[in-house]
Formats: sequence, C-alpha cells, structure tokens
Amino acid sequence: MGARFVQAEIPQQASASGYASELTEEQERLTTEMYARETAKADIVITTALVRGKAPRTISAEMVAAMRPGSVIVDLAASGGGNCELTVPGEKIVTDNGVTIIGYTDLTSRMATHTSQLYGTNIVNMFKLLTPAKDGQIVWNMDDVVQRGVAVVLNGTIQWPPPPVPVSAAPAEAVAAAPVVSPEEKAAADEAAAKRRSSRTIMWGAIAAVLVGLAVTFSPSSFGNFFTVFILAVFIGYYVISNVSHSLHTPLMAQTNAISGIILTGALLQLGSENLLVTIFAFIAAAVAAINIFGGFVVAYRMLSMFRRG
Amino acid sequence: MTLVQLVQAIYLISAVLFILSLAGLSQQTSARRGSIAGMIGMALALIATVILSLSESERTPIVTLLLIAMALGIGAIVGTWRARTIEMTQMPEMIAMLHSFVGIAAVLVGFNSFITEPPATVHLIEVFLGILIGAVTFTGSIIAYLKLSAKISSKPLTLPGRNWLNLGALVVSALLLVWFLISASFIPLVLMTVIALALGLHLVAAIGGGDMPVVVSMLNSYSGWAAAAAGFMLGNNLLIVTGALVGASGAILSYIMCKAMNRSFMSVILGGFGQESGAVASSEAADMGEYHEILAPEVAELLKEAKSIIIAPGYGMAVAKAQYSVADLVSKLRADGKEVRFAVHPVAGRLPGHMNVLLAEAKVPYDIVLELDEINADFAKTDVVIVIGANDTVNPAAEDDPNSPIAGMPVLKVWEAKRVIVNKRSMASGYAGVQNPLFFKDNTSMLFGDSKEAIDKVIAAL
Repeated sequence: MGARFVQAEIPQQASASGYASELTEEQERLTTEMYARETAKADIVITTALVRGKAPRTISAEMVAAMRPGSVIVDLAASGGGNCELTVPGEKIVTDNGVTIIGYTDLTSRMATHTSQLYGTNIVNMFKLLTPAKDGQIVWNMDDVVQRGVAVVLNGTIQWPPPPVPVSAAPAEAVAAAPVVSPEEKAAADEAAAKRRSSRTIMWGAIAAVLVGLAVTFSPSSFGNFFTVFILAVFIGYYVISNVSHSLHTPLMAQTNAISGIILTGALLQLGSENLLVTIFAFIAAAVAAINIFGGFVVAYRMLSMFRRG
Repeated sequence: MTLVQLVQAIYLISAVLFILSLAGLSQQTSARRGSIAGMIGMALALIATVILSLSESERTPIVTLLLIAMALGIGAIVGTWRARTIEMTQMPEMIAMLHSFVGIAAVLVGFNSFITEPPATVHLIEVFLGILIGAVTFTGSIIAYLKLSAKISSKPLTLPGRNWLNLGALVVSALLLVWFLISASFIPLVLMTVIALALGLHLVAAIGGGDMPVVVSMLNSYSGWAAAAAGFMLGNNLLIVTGALVGASGAILSYIMCKAMNRSFMSVILGGFGQESGAVASSEAADMGEYHEILAPEVAELLKEAKSIIIAPGYGMAVAKAQYSVADLVSKLRADGKEVRFAVHPVAGRLPGHMNVLLAEAKVPYDIVLELDEINADFAKTDVVIVIGANDTVNPAAEDDPNSPIAGMPVLKVWEAKRVIVNKRSMASGYAGVQNPLFFKDNTSMLFGDSKEAIDKVIAAL
C-alpha cells in the first residue's frame, strides 16, 4: 500500500542506558523540518514516538493544517500526551481542514475485534470458495491455486507440498521498465553504489592488511613491535582528531606542531656523539625542534585563551 | 631497573599525555587543560631524555649538558618570542615555518642515525624514508611559508609535464634506495636528499594560493610522518606515537578542507588550480543584471528593525582588520536584544579554523560562531545577513550552475534571508575567479568600501 518509515537525517542517538534519548536542539530542528515535508505529502501518518512514557511533539498544528483534507493521523503515542499537537487522548477528532486524528489510548484492546473480524472474513471467503453451489457440499477444485495450496491430504494421498504458484507478473514488469526513475529505484541505486564503495574499501583494506602482515612477518621482531605501536597510534589519532571541534582546528595545528617537536629527544641522544659532524647536525636539529616545542605550545595556549563564552 | 627502562616508562606517560592533549581539543571548555597536559608530557619526556643523554654521552657530560642547554635556550627564546608577537593573521606562516623545522630535524637526525648505527637493512630503509619525507616537508613548508607571507607570488608554478617530474623524482628515489641498500654508502643517500628537497619545492610551488589551507594541513601530516619515521630508525616509541598522531591529524584536516571546497585531494596535490576559470567569469558578468547599492545609514536602519542577524565573514574581513569593528557592532546589536550569530565556512581564512581564532581574538564569544552545517538551515528565518569580505563561500552558483568552476562546493545559503548586505571593496571576483550571482539578486544590497570603515560608519549611524 506504499507505507514506509520516515528516517530522520541525523544519527539516531541511544543514551548510555540503551534507551532512546531526547534529541538535541539542532537534531530536533532537522527532524522537525523533515516531518513537515513528509506529513504534507502523506495520506496517513502513523506516529509512535514514546520516550520513557512521554510523547515528544513531532507533528505541530501547522503541519496538520498543511495536510490534505481526508488525511488521517494515527497517534499511537496518545497515551503519553500524543506526538501530534492536536491529539485528544482517547478520542477521534476531525480538524477544521478535514484531517482525522485518532488518539485512542486503547488501540491494543481494540485490536482483538479487528483481528477476529479479519480472520473471520478469511474463513467465510474460504468456505464460499469451497462450496460454489452454496449448499454446504464441499467441491474440491484442485486447479484452483488457493484450494490446491491449502490441501494437505486428499482421498488418502499426500498433496503437500503444492506446486509453485505460477505468477503472472508480466504487466508489472512492463511498468517497472518504464524510463521513469522512481525515488525508490534511485535510493536502491545509491545503496548499490554505496555497497560497491564499501566492498572496494574492504578489498583495499584486506590487501593493505596482507601487505602489512607480510612486512611484519619478514622483518626483525623489533620492527614488528614498533610497527604495531605505529598502526595503533594512527587509529587512535584518527578517532581522537575526528572529535576535535572544527573551531579549534588552528590551535590543533599549533599543538601538533609543538608535540612533533618531540623529535628533539632523538637529537638530544645524538648530541653526545664523538663524531663532530653528528654533534653539529644534532645541535641544529635540537635547536629547531626546541623552537617548535616552545613556539607551538605558547601560541596554541595563547589562541585557546582567546576563546570565551558569551 | 635500568635508566633506559625508567626513561621508557616516562615516555609512555608522555605519549598518553599527548593523546589527552589532543583529546582535550574536542571542546573549548577542556582545551586549555589539554594544552597543559601536552606541556607536562613534553617536560617529562625532555627531562628523562636529558638525563639519558648525559649518561650515554661519549664526551665529558658537562660539554653535552652545555650544548643541550644552548639548544633548548635558543628554542625557548626564539620560539616564545615568535609565539608571543605573531599576529593571528600570520598564523598560517608560523605554522608552515614550524613544519619546516620538523622536516629539517628529521633529515639531520636521519643522517646522524646512518652515521652512528650499524647498517642493518631494515634500519637503512627507515633512514632512507625518514630523510625522504623530512626533506619534502622541509622545502615544501618553506615554499608554503614564502607564499603565505607574500614573499613570493602565490600563483601556481606550472612547469611543462609537472606531474611526470614528480613521478620521475619518486622513481629515481626508489632506484637510489636499491643502490643505498646494496652499498650502504653516502652517495645515494645524499643524491636522494637533493631530489627530495627539489620535489618538496616543486610540489608546493605548483599549488595556488587559494589551496594553501589544504597544503598546510598536508604538510602538517607529512611532518608527523617524518617524526614517526625518525622514531622507527631510533627505535623510539614516543616518537612513533607522536608522529602517528600528528600524521593522522594533518590527514584528517586535509580531507575536511578538500570536502569543503568540493575538490579531490589528488586535484589539489597535482596543482595548477585557479587560472583557467578567470576568462569564463568576465564573459558571464555581462548578463548578470544590475546590482543595488546601499549606504551605511540605510544599513543601520535595516539592522534596527531586524530581529535576527547573521554575519558571514570571509578572509577579506581579516585583511582589512575589520574584525574588531564587527565585534563592536555585534555587541551593540546583542545589547539591543537582537539575535546575532556568525556563520563560518570551513575555508574562510587560510587555515582550518582560522576564522574562529580571528573572531575569538576580537572577543567574539565562541558560542555565537557557528559552522556551515549548524547554521545553513537558519538563513531562511533570518532578517538580515551581512557578508563581509567573503565571496566564493556565499556564491549561489555553486548550487545552481553545474558549469561553474565551484559547482558542488558547499556554500552558506545567505540568499535565503530576507535581506542580504554584501560589503566589498569593488565588484571584483573571488580567488576562484568566479562571478557571484548573489550580488545581483533583488534582496541583496552592496555596501561598497573598506570593511573597517564601512562597519565603523554603520556603528556611528546606529
């Protein structure tokens, strides 16, 4: 029937306890916009958001006003006050612009009636099919896919499993072949591209892992140890730096300048060499690395001191 | 327990402190604490190293101690002096300069390591790579420094077949590595150093001034890899960890910058951007229509009536040193109860995050300075947007015109606001050489003149 879940364009946040947590202001704004877009297009909107028994407001009165007459909102969160601003918990109302809002809080209890109704209708139709003469006499027509499909044993012979149902899908295919690219297909194509990308990433990752593995295997063990440290540090760096606030990227660069001056330790250890050339090189290296350390830290700190709250 | 083991333990603590110092930068509130953690880590590492160095000294320790004191003294005096006096607009130059220092230090430490240690194959490879990366970082950063401080032209140098030159340099270096491994002699090492120095020079010379934020981030990354390579040849875990952190940091910053300009990393590295597009722009300019001029008193009237205001600054604001006037204007408007915020594009300024620092220096509180993603949806709800010294970062052509050289670049959607005021000195185009249709929109008014003077006039009229 064309129902689908509407996904907010933000990463869903689960709090430390594992429950859905309430959204930040920024996320909320994005979500609200998206809801406004989606509800205006929809005939039926079903909302279900309950955060620890409380229903966050997701559908405002304005959004309802923007919906077409005859649309229906089913607010499953009515027990918590309702996701829709206009929901009256426990009641079904119709707004001025003809939108029906169902705020029943006992929907789960109402389900029993409907399931019974649905099941009953099924059985009635089944008997109608089996008794074409309407005289209570069952007439088996084993060419009928439905009757063939429910037959397990007939006249002492096992009928299960039924042959596969021939599907006449030709007209549907013709529609699909039309040159119009529906959003769903585009989404599917995007997804496929993303899959290809991710599988390519995995492939390159695997190749890199094999190469690194070989390099470590066929080199002295000390190299292997250092390499382990190196790779782990790169990954730590990746995750730590990804978290750095964009507004602090310049102090970040100054700070990394300062700590890369740690190459000074290498130079200091070479400074005591008997070889005069080595000492001269080491001295120059130590001096410039020291400029890095002092300059980097001081300027980074100076910048950080400028940032103030309003 | 030996001294070496104790030093190892201290290095481990330093490495953890360095990680914490970078982790602290995730928020303004913890940033200064992080910076101090880094300083403590560095102090610990230095003290431990000095003691170890004295105990291992082949000369009388007192001479070594004097040399160490002199080296540190030079570093402390020069470094602190530069760090205290530098203007915030000069930060890119300073950072480029500091990268070059790491580069040259890696080269020198590499040569020393080759002279003093036995030539095992793995060690030779480490020395070779360390010097190669160090040398490229060194000359590359010097060129970046010269370009950023306008001591040489920031135009890209386009030698014929420049990509082949770079590739050739790498191939020759690979051959020299083979020679070096067989002979373990100085000649291939020195030859490679010369080639690597030339490669660094050429790589950065080929990149235009506008791409410098990417280049500086990239060199930041290289300086890290150079330090890590030095760590490998010296067998020093602290150097390896620090180098890897810095390398990863620079790589991420380069990636962020590239994404903000919608350029691929390779296209930046291969250089030559920002020349072909110039001719296209002039022909386009003709059919843009007319722009509307506005004067400072009218701007003041508009601001008086506005409830929400966003300011989109570009590097032009910093060039005119207008950030202090802008900060004044903002505090006045905020005192009147108006909502005033800043919208900062990632490439506004000449370093990642440069604009944030420039605004912070002018005492703009950081919580009203928002990023592109945070604020872009709010323009439609805003009464007045003031664009100061920005051009390409607010160009609607990036979204509307697939043929534009900046098509696809994420931009600040200032034109969605009710009124847009653009302060510029003239109608000239931005660094990308692209004409900006924003200036000709009906809701845009041009406030011509030097940013500082123009804003001061607006303040006076308020």
